[in-house]
Amino acid sequence: MNSRRRQAIERGSGGAPLRETAQQKVTRLARLRRDGGVLRDYRAPHWDEPLIMEMSTAGERGIVVPPVEDAVHEAVGDAAGYIPAGARRREAPALPELAQHQVLRHYLRLSQETLGMDLGSDIGEGTCTMKYSPKVHEELVRHHKAADLHPLQDEDTLQGLLEIVYECGEYLKEISGMDAITLQPGGGSHAVFTNACVMRAYFAARGELPQRNEMITTIFSHPCDAATPMVAGFKVVTVMPDHNGYPDLEAVKAAVSERTVGCMITNPEDTGIYNPRIDEYVKVIHDAGGLCFTDQANANGILGIARARDAGFDACHFNLHKTFSSPHGCEGPATGAYLVCDELAKYLPVPLVTKAGDKFHLDYDRPESIGKVRGFLGNWMGVIRAYAWIRSLGPDGLREVAEISVLNNNYLDRLLMAIRGVSRPYAEGHRRLDQVRYSLATLKEETGVGTEDVHDRMVDFGVQSYWMSHHPWVVPEPFTPEPCETYSKADLDEWAAVIKRVSDEAYADPAIVKQAPHDSSIARMARLEALEEPKQWAFTWRAYQRKIKEER
Amino acid sequence: MPVKRLGLIVNPVAGVGGRVGLKGSDGADIVRRALELGALRESPQRAQLALRRLVSLRDQLEIVTYAGEMGADEARAGGFAVTVAGEPAHAGQTTAADTEAAARALRDAGVELLLFAGGDGTARNVFDAVGDSLAVLGVPAGVKIHSAVFATTPAAAGDLAALYLQGRREALRLREAEVMDIDEDAFRQGRVSARLYGYLQVPYQRTLVQSAKAGGVAGDAAELAGVAHDVVNDMSPATLYLLGPGTTTRAIVEALGLAKTLLGVDAVRDRELVGADLSEAQIVALLDRYGGGEPDGPAPQARIVSTVIGGQGHIFGRGNQQLSPAVIRRVGTDHVIVVATQTKLLSLGGGPLLVDTGDPALDLELGGYAKVVTGLGERMMYRIGAPS
Repeated sequence: MNSRRRQAIERGSGGAPLRETAQQKVTRLARLRRDGGVLRDYRAPHWDEPLIMEMSTAGERGIVVPPVEDAVHEAVGDAAGYIPAGARRREAPALPELAQHQVLRHYLRLSQETLGMDLGSDIGEGTCTMKYSPKVHEELVRHHKAADLHPLQDEDTLQGLLEIVYECGEYLKEISGMDAITLQPGGGSHAVFTNACVMRAYFAARGELPQRNEMITTIFSHPCDAATPMVAGFKVVTVMPDHNGYPDLEAVKAAVSERTVGCMITNPEDTGIYNPRIDEYVKVIHDAGGLCFTDQANANGILGIARARDAGFDACHFNLHKTFSSPHGCEGPATGAYLVCDELAKYLPVPLVTKAGDKFHLDYDRPESIGKVRGFLGNWMGVIRAYAWIRSLGPDGLREVAEISVLNNNYLDRLLMAIRGVSRPYAEGHRRLDQVRYSLATLKEETGVGTEDVHDRMVDFGVQSYWMSHHPWVVPEPFTPEPCETYSKADLDEWAAVIKRVSDEAYADPAIVKQAPHDSSIARMARLEALEEPKQWAFTWRAYQRKIKEER
Repeated sequence: MPVKRLGLIVNPVAGVGGRVGLKGSDGADIVRRALELGALRESPQRAQLALRRLVSLRDQLEIVTYAGEMGADEARAGGFAVTVAGEPAHAGQTTAADTEAAARALRDAGVELLLFAGGDGTARNVFDAVGDSLAVLGVPAGVKIHSAVFATTPAAAGDLAALYLQGRREALRLREAEVMDIDEDAFRQGRVSARLYGYLQVPYQRTLVQSAKAGGVAGDAAELAGVAHDVVNDMSPATLYLLGPGTTTRAIVEALGLAKTLLGVDAVRDRELVGADLSEAQIVALLDRYGGGEPDGPAPQARIVSTVIGGQGHIFGRGNQQLSPAVIRRVGTDHVIVVATQTKLLSLGGGPLLVDTGDPALDLELGGYAKVVTGLGERMMYRIGAPS
């Protein structure tokens, strides 16, 4: 172990010695708490584990399947004969051959090398609403009445599930003020893309395509708000922020014309600044004949407080897997709720879940629909979790979610703004909602330590690295924490203390931060830029082998 | 540990004219007057600020520089291993010729990057000496910083140089950055006459730009190709396109399979080059030839395609004076297409695009917002202001 690393570990550890008695530990932790110290002694497991493809031993088996009994063979014949000749493999697949225990051990080790969502604080993951998802929800989605459903079942036998989808939709309509909903999209960006398609269908029906071909968005909106209308064939006009951090209203006025399709904007934006004049932007777009959509991935701080429809929006979306409690994104199947006003309802994807009397239906008879956007009913697991979450909280509980997330964020803000090198661009003197995009430009200028360095150092303290920003970085050296309603004060204190410690290190000995992480499972993350060199990456074992061979 | 060779040139008199109100430091007379007026030499100190950020690489660096105040003093003060490649002709009275000689000597010594502390004049001298044969980065230390070859601060220059020398992927790419200079005599008489001299190869940190998330091929080339294809797709028939200087407009002309004059104005009509490196008079003649534009008649079927020139955000009045007020008025302010990559716009740090045509009324008319073409099907609403 080199001296720099040892030094960094000692400084980062809160002074935990490698050997101490239980009594010594109790005393040490008590003293640490008394002194306001909240940093944890953390050492990441490191297993130096090979890829599973490299662990293969020819002939080794996890499970040895017993031979078929003679009577069965006689009755059935050769099982392979049931597979059409054209579908049969000529050679066995090149899968790794391992014993059961090796497989189990391999994946347990990998999981230990991961700072999973249940293991530590994920406050840093701004724009992602990494809230706690009650474990009882997993009982519900794994219940045999849910898990054993077949996607092709008749709707008469799906009444329970359809009721949940329908009721969840009714709640979301109330929360947003919209008139109609689909829960079919398989994620946030997919719901946003569905909107681009609905707007296209609306203007096509009015004969205004292709004259209307410009979609307006803002630079602080999520990237899908620009990317998906482009996929739908529109040009995209991006508005920069004014000096207060709001989208520049004068620029929106200058942008609209007879070519305007509408706007697709995130509100509130990732800056966490509440926009009290959002209805004025909507009016400018409406006056030009356009439609207004708002991306509500950042809805956590406005639940029960502000409704998209009340601001005049024609359509909006929610991420059920964020705002309404499901493990986020890659950690669990996502569901995008897409909601519209009456005028756009006929373009929604089929089937819609409808109710007649006591019965629920899958309504395919919608001639102007944009069609199906996902197989079967979409990711209904997310819908069940959202339904359970809404039901358990009720309207007052939802509002409390928003209020506490704003309170949490402003408490954290107070701690962070007292740290040297941290600044909060835009809207001086205005409180933020549930997240803030901070800048470490001062830290970078004064110490050479930038946001990527801080990001890499944080894991040495057992907390997940933070989310920096979407590209492009309009805020220099950005980071975006989002403490939702589920975090305790101790969690917030610990997180701020990590940032404080890293800032202190940057001013005292920047090399500690710049060479981090010192004690994590992986030494340094490959930069995104490496992905631009096709020779540098491989997404499959086969591609890896081919590229290695080419290199030789 | 392999040793990296970093070139260093300090223009010791860069910037001395600024604080004492002389608007520049070109020429021995001005330097003498400035020093008589009590001007302090700031560039040595700024060079040291940059070098301080390289201290952690000290053991892996050899600084190749010129004697005394042209770099060796600062490099030694920072504790670096120093190789002196030459000395100014007259110590204490360095001139442009010394900067040029030093730049050539450092290149010949095989430096990986040439760091120079100075202003636009120094950048021009470096450009004259080495052109695009070497990676170069400016430490801002002059009165005039119109060129885009400078980092935002001396410390930022040091950080970027460190990333580049370490071979860190995020700083490995070079881009062409404008070398601009202003005629100081004219400037002292209240006129701004900026020329675009050429382009130096400058490293830049890519955190500002959309990275690999955008698709397979990111970076400047992809951004430029997007802009170029957008403009080419939208080109109307029988319309004269006047394309100002710059790498962005060059990409447009090249997308048509034609060759662009990098520092001049070219004209394209129906995908044919109908004029290259045009003067104002030649542009007016083309507008006459292709009809319209009479005082009361129809506007000519013409467009001006202009891009950001230099580090301050000018789209008119710097390095493209051929696109004169008379030309802009004849084409019509509604017929100006502003093109720029998102990277370039964001590098302005929120500052507006600038117009300084020499005709204040026209500058006002051009003000407001431009729908800047930033990619294929991509526009950005960007503020245009007159220089304060």
